[in-house]
Amino acid sequence: MWADRLAVLPVIVIGAWAVLLTVADLYIPEHRRRITAILAALGLIVGLVVNLFIQRHNPQTAYFGLAIADGFSSFLNVLFLLSGLLGIAVAHGYLQRQNIARSEYYSLLLFSISGMMLMGMAADLIIVFIALELLSIPLYVMAGFHRDRLDSEEAALKYFLLGAFAGGFVVYGIALIYGATGSTRIAAILSAVQSGSASPILLTVGAALILVGLGFKVAAVPFHMWTPDVYQGAPSSVTAFMAVGAKAAGFAALLRVFLLAFPTLSDKLVPLLWALAALTMIVGNIVAIVQSNIKRLLAYSSIAHAGYILMATVTLGQSRLMADAAAAALFYLLAYLLTNFGAWAVVIALEREEGKGLSIQDYAGLGKKYPALAAAMSVFMLSLIGVPPTVGFLGKFYLFRAVLEGGFVGLAVIGVLTSLVSAYYYLRVVVVMYMQEGEPVVNRDALLHWTAALSAIAVLALSLFATPLFQWATQATLYAAQ
Amino acid sequence: MSEYLPLVVLFILSTLVAAIAVALGHLFGPRRPTERKLQPYESGMTPFGPGTRRMPVRFYLVAVLFILFDIEVVFFIPWAVVYRKLGLFGFVEMLLFAGILEIAFVYAWKKGALEWE
Repeated sequence: MWADRLAVLPVIVIGAWAVLLTVADLYIPEHRRRITAILAALGLIVGLVVNLFIQRHNPQTAYFGLAIADGFSSFLNVLFLLSGLLGIAVAHGYLQRQNIARSEYYSLLLFSISGMMLMGMAADLIIVFIALELLSIPLYVMAGFHRDRLDSEEAALKYFLLGAFAGGFVVYGIALIYGATGSTRIAAILSAVQSGSASPILLTVGAALILVGLGFKVAAVPFHMWTPDVYQGAPSSVTAFMAVGAKAAGFAALLRVFLLAFPTLSDKLVPLLWALAALTMIVGNIVAIVQSNIKRLLAYSSIAHAGYILMATVTLGQSRLMADAAAAALFYLLAYLLTNFGAWAVVIALEREEGKGLSIQDYAGLGKKYPALAAAMSVFMLSLIGVPPTVGFLGKFYLFRAVLEGGFVGLAVIGVLTSLVSAYYYLRVVVVMYMQEGEPVVNRDALLHWTAALSAIAVLALSLFATPLFQWATQATLYAAQ
Repeated sequence: MSEYLPLVVLFILSTLVAAIAVALGHLFGPRRPTERKLQPYESGMTPFGPGTRRMPVRFYLVAVLFILFDIEVVFFIPWAVVYRKLGLFGFVEMLLFAGILEIAFVYAWKKGALEWE
């Protein structure tokens, strides 16, 4: 009984901390709001320490096989907790500047992270669904945090309606798979699929419906329609957090469920996944070209990156490669986390009240007036394109390698070509910063500037130490694949 | 898939029966409308104003709080039925559940959600 609790301890710590923070905040006076933010960050650090200590090499199932603690979940826990810490760092000053500093923000953030961590540990489709709701519902509220502004309300409502819609798809898929195999446990589904007793039609339809539902969450084309509006309307600090956290959680479920439960359905699912990845890369990158608002640009860039990560799933069924591809996806998510938070920190540094300072033209002259900030932004843009020596390049390198080894040359070519297309709109930001005259206004917010600087250093430095990191990711997925 | 055939038959039959019942009523039912019969709530109160009026947002707050305590009861009743079988484990788990709900209650209270004005 206690072993179960120990296995899921990181989730319990973050969940309990979120509940206690909600109460504690009631007794913290308004002008000391900083304490709430510090307490929330402290909780995330405690979560990181706990995760480090109970990290184990053999997978351990808990609660009758509902949850599983293994290298995969430990790696993802680190990713989610880091995104929480960075999320607090970019949010604290921003919320005050925008006059929306309500301390529920931090409780909601923690609740959402507990859901993401549960998603990484899910060994049962019902837990996948519960985790999906637990991570999404706080995000709906956070998207509408700017409640005086219409576009924030619109973002919250759109995200909520489409999230609920996507949740329906996931549940329907789970029901069909339960009908086909008689279980919702991933291990039991696998054995039912392998024994051939399950109806392949029901299974394929069920898997496809789950793919649709998770496709909404990770913003894959053609389920991406909500993304630009929600990312633009939501407060920027929320967008930064959900672009990484919610996407990583969606991919956690996608990798765990698809690679573990449906390897024998590969002949039906791989064409679907192939088309989804190719479409997402093409549409995301091409539509991003015409964007003039930096938030919308980063929204389309986030869609495009979902496409790259989706490439990892086409190795479905090639057991030797699946672990490698999943490791490449995890590494890519880590690279995306650092790059994306850095880029959003710069965006938030330039954003002023009433949504001003968000056009790409507002970045003109940044290179002259704030050379450090402009240099950091250039690093992030290069990392998003995938130019060495940034961590984004290695992320793409590992992914393309896995895809090529799987024999999907066409997909890799599409990936490389769309990366070239993406260079156009990412470099345009750099060109505007350095080659156009302007008077950019930057907020004085030390935490934000430190976040941007440290992320930029990490993006560059981790590209030098990528091999141990990738090995860690490989170990994480090797245990999950067994 | 053949074991699902009865379900399909049931689906078609129930749709048909419902459609026939409604259609027969439309075809053969006598129709003598009076003003009173055409009101939305024939025997209820007289409606006034449009149906999509603005509502004070407080009502939604009360509705949300109602759900908080309503769901509590939904979980308490089955728990109470098998209370003896669950033993100490069930007792502690329910204490935890109730404790988390109480925290939500304290939060709502301190934020002034229970005050009407």
